[in-house]
Amino acid sequence: MTQVKLSGLTKRFDEKSEPAVDRLDIEIESGKLTALLGPSGCGKTTTMKMIAGLLRPTDGDILFDGSSIVGIAPEDRGAVMVFQNYLLFPYMSVADNIGFGLKMRGVSRSEIRTRVRDMLDLVQMPGFEERRPKQLSGGQQQRIALARALIVQPNVLLLDEPLSNLDAHLRDEMRELISGIQTELGITTVFVTHDQEEAVVLADKIALLFEGRLQQFDVPDAFYETPGTVDIAKFFGGTNFIPGRCEDGRITTAIGRFRAPHTAVDRGEAVLSIRPEAVELGGGGGNSVRGRIRSHVYVGRYARFRVMIGEVEIEVITDPGQVKKLSDGDEVSVRFDPDKIWILGPAADGKDGRADSDSARQPAG
Amino acid sequence: MAGAAAKTTLVHRPAWRVTGRWVGITGLLAFLIAPIVPLFIWSISFRWFYPAILPTEYSARAWTEVINPNNDVVGVAWNTALIALVVTAFSILLGVPAGRALGLYEFRGKRLVEWLILAPIIVPGLAVVLGIHVLFIRAGLSNSLPGVILVHLVPTLPYMTLVMSGVFANYDTDFELQARSLGAGRLATQWYVTLPAIFPGVVVGAMFAFIISWSQYVLTLLIGGGQVQTLPLLLFSFVRSDPAIAGALSVVFILPAVLVLLLSSRYLSGDSAAVGGIGNI
Ligand SMILES: Nc1ncnc2c1ncn2[C@@H]1O[C@H](COP(=O)(O)OP(=O)(O)O)[C@@H](O)[C@H]1O
Ligand SMILES: [Mg+2]
Repeated sequence: MTQVKLSGLTKRFDEKSEPAVDRLDIEIESGKLTALLGPSGCGKTTTMKMIAGLLRPTDGDILFDGSSIVGIAPEDRGAVMVFQNYLLFPYMSVADNIGFGLKMRGVSRSEIRTRVRDMLDLVQMPGFEERRPKQLSGGQQQRIALARALIVQPNVLLLDEPLSNLDAHLRDEMRELISGIQTELGITTVFVTHDQEEAVVLADKIALLFEGRLQQFDVPDAFYETPGTVDIAKFFGGTNFIPGRCEDGRITTAIGRFRAPHTAVDRGEAVLSIRPEAVELGGGGGNSVRGRIRSHVYVGRYARFRVMIGEVEIEVITDPGQVKKLSDGDEVSVRFDPDKIWILGPAADGKDGRADSDSARQPAG
Repeated sequence: MAGAAAKTTLVHRPAWRVTGRWVGITGLLAFLIAPIVPLFIWSISFRWFYPAILPTEYSARAWTEVINPNNDVVGVAWNTALIALVVTAFSILLGVPAGRALGLYEFRGKRLVEWLILAPIIVPGLAVVLGIHVLFIRAGLSNSLPGVILVHLVPTLPYMTLVMSGVFANYDTDFELQARSLGAGRLATQWYVTLPAIFPGVVVGAMFAFIISWSQYVLTLLIGGGQVQTLPLLLFSFVRSDPAIAGALSVVFILPAVLVLLLSSRYLSGDSAAVGGIGNI
């Protein structure tokens, strides 16, 4: 079990452009499953290749259990990376692919044979020894790639987008397999994904990256409940951001004054954020304002309303039953539960409080 | 890259190329074997005058001469093969890394390098050689075996490099990184991952190199200065004086080419990315 620490890790592919990875500081706990999350091109694969030793950092350090491994060759690091497109060696059988790492370590043929068999059992593909990679489906190739990495008993397992090339139903299966194996073997695992839901379901901790920079490194819940910035909240499906000023646990906005004990800023300019599923319609009571229903869609498992409060439009997700009670144009009471309001620092780009429909996402789960 | 198909091959092999595989090989072989037939008939003819379709009298004289140890045809053939093999080895050693650099990486002046590599193929060989000749005389390389081997590299190296750059243009270096990550050192990675992937290309390029060297006349004559004897030189000296012997020598001369082709036909087929890869330049 190995603890991995990235310290000021930076990668610049060329002098002129912005660094692909910019001063990352992350401490990856030993034996845990950590997600590197972020939109495509934010530097996830680059970070992973640096940890694996396949790419030399421009600056900064990588430490395994406290000692720097930047000067150590990839084959001696004990960190194995599984690439996004599996990269099974096409001219080798499944058994030779899985046994490759052991062969490189000079393990005897008979021991390789037994351990390959164990690995095939572990990834639930017994009897596949003599197949060729070409004869396997994408999901099967992914399992073999995983087995090929696990057989060398790495200290650190690096999985680059292990689920993104799979169909939806295979994805759930693979997710459970990875999670099960990781729990069973307790290998320090870092996996890359661009899908926040995937990260939340699988990871013990998530490192969110935008444009090569670490945004937040936290447990999954925190990205919903206490996101660090408006952009982070948006990436995790937040849609309601209302600018205002806060002081003494209250925030004053264009649509009213709300009690908000949970806050990232003490006073001054701030943004009220509340997840669409946390807004209550029709209840009344404290922290309520009047609004008017602008439109709604019924999605089956839930209903989504757009509500105008003065000039500000917010998104509300409710149980589907609300559709029967409320129609477009109705006046309605809108309540922001104080425990579910999260006060953020002012948005850097000075965006107004309108619900940003471009970044609207399905609620998790 | 979401939804992108998983890579199962290191190089791409369109299906249509496989279809034309045997058509191509058969055609190529027919093309090579056809000229041997009249040459062989020449070599065993004693009297053959117009309008007879076949010789009116036969003789084994030419073949006896070829086998006769005093004439040392076998020695010359061996010498030619040795030169061709050494030239091929050097072409591989230099052409593979050069092709890799050209096929994989973008660098300043890449176009220029490509042109320089193509130049010996485009510019008439004689012009190149006359220049090289002067240089070689100064370097003491003229009239010597090393000189001949060096000058043979002038046309073979570009071919090798071109074939290999085509192969590498379709090559995914992540396979090498994957091997490293799994515990393979640099050399093991080259041996177990890179080589199998580029092998068909190396075979095709080596075949080109071998045949170009084997059949070289002008370069050998000029740089070898008559001191280095090869089959093409021997063959030419008989063309006017003794057509029957020239015929027999031609058969000896062509056979290795056919043999090499047969041995490597598996790689020269439509299945091989190396051949298709040339089109990427
Ligand atoms: N070998 C390379 N040379 C130059 N730029 C690169 C190279 N690899 C990645 N990049 C750039 O670095 C950035 C991050 O890439 P990557 O780490 O692959 O992103 P992600 O895996 O998060 O999608 C991108 O802008 C990409 O274009
Ligand atoms: Mg990536």
